Amino acid sequence: MTKDTMQIVREQDVVPFRNRVRELATKIGMSLVNQTKLITAASELVRNMLKYASGGKITLEVISKTGQSGIRLTFADNGPGIENIPQAMQDGFSTGRSLGLGLPGAKRLVNEFDIKSVVGQGTTVTVTHWKNGR
Amino acid sequence: MDRIPILKMGPFLLVTIQVDLYDRLALSLENDLINMVSKTGARGVLIDISAVNIVDSFMGRILGNIASMSRIMDAETVVVGMQPAVAITLVELGLTLQGVHTALNVEKGMDLLYDKSDLLTDEQNNQEDTEEPDDYND
Ligand SMILES: Nc1ncnc2c1ncn2[C@@H]1O[C@H](COP(=O)(O)OP(=O)(O)OP(=O)(O)O)[C@@H](O)[C@H]1O
Ligand SMILES: [Mg+2]
Repeated sequence: MTKDTMQIVREQDVVPFRNRVRELATKIGMSLVNQTKLITAASELVRNMLKYASGGKITLEVISKTGQSGIRLTFADNGPGIENIPQAMQDGFSTGRSLGLGLPGAKRLVNEFDIKSVVGQGTTVTVTHWKNGR
Repeated sequence: MDRIPILKMGPFLLVTIQVDLYDRLALSLENDLINMVSKTGARGVLIDISAVNIVDSFMGRILGNIASMSRIMDAETVVVGMQPAVAITLVELGLTLQGVHTALNVEKGMDLLYDKSDLLTDEQNNQEDTEEPDDYND
């Protein structure tokens, strides 16, 4: 199946990345609402990567499980890492004087969400969203 | 650098966002709008986002900033034309557009602004048969 990577180094990389996700989602016939949820979650995660880790690498995959296709996005950076993940996943927690909505909001928007982080090494967030949103 | 045009329509400013904004464009729109409100003494800002496919927390914050800065200068902000998929997504993301009014389309947004700013529409003005000049600064 399709597997793609994109390097994210600056703000201008965000829109082309979102467009690429849109293309893949359209290709597998994902509904508009589900596309919008996935891309919005992706947008939050790519912003975090730029803001806290000055960029990173995103892997885009079309995957399938019994009878259903979906999209998996992996955001990997070599930034400072996250010390306390449960805290970072709380609504309203931010070290960037922001809303603290990105991580918890992204988690709510997609079907599967996984975050791993090692302080001093980096953070990897993986999200999966199925074609019919379930 | 690109810029998003701001139109003056009577006492209000109208912005139509036609592309998915990248951050610098969004920030310059925020700046331009706030400058325009202060320069023109506009009483309302209407932002048409019917062509916008994605509103993330960054974009939401910009809209919120425009609204709160405008309010300090006595102008209300109405966002119109939000796509249903965007509205659904915003709720799940957990983003509330603080201080931002919303309306279905430009026309309804205008009505809302007239309402909020205690101004009379042209129609109402004509009915009352007043022929005062365009002076909204009291
Ligand atoms: N890739 C990352 N590397 C290091 N720290 C991160 C990363 N992503 C998130 N964080 C940490 O987790 C916190 C919460 O992230 P989240 O996206 O939820 O909120 P935010 O970015 O602070 O605000 P918002 O996304 O609402 O603008 C951040 O403030 C930051 O401390
Ligand atoms: Mg964030």
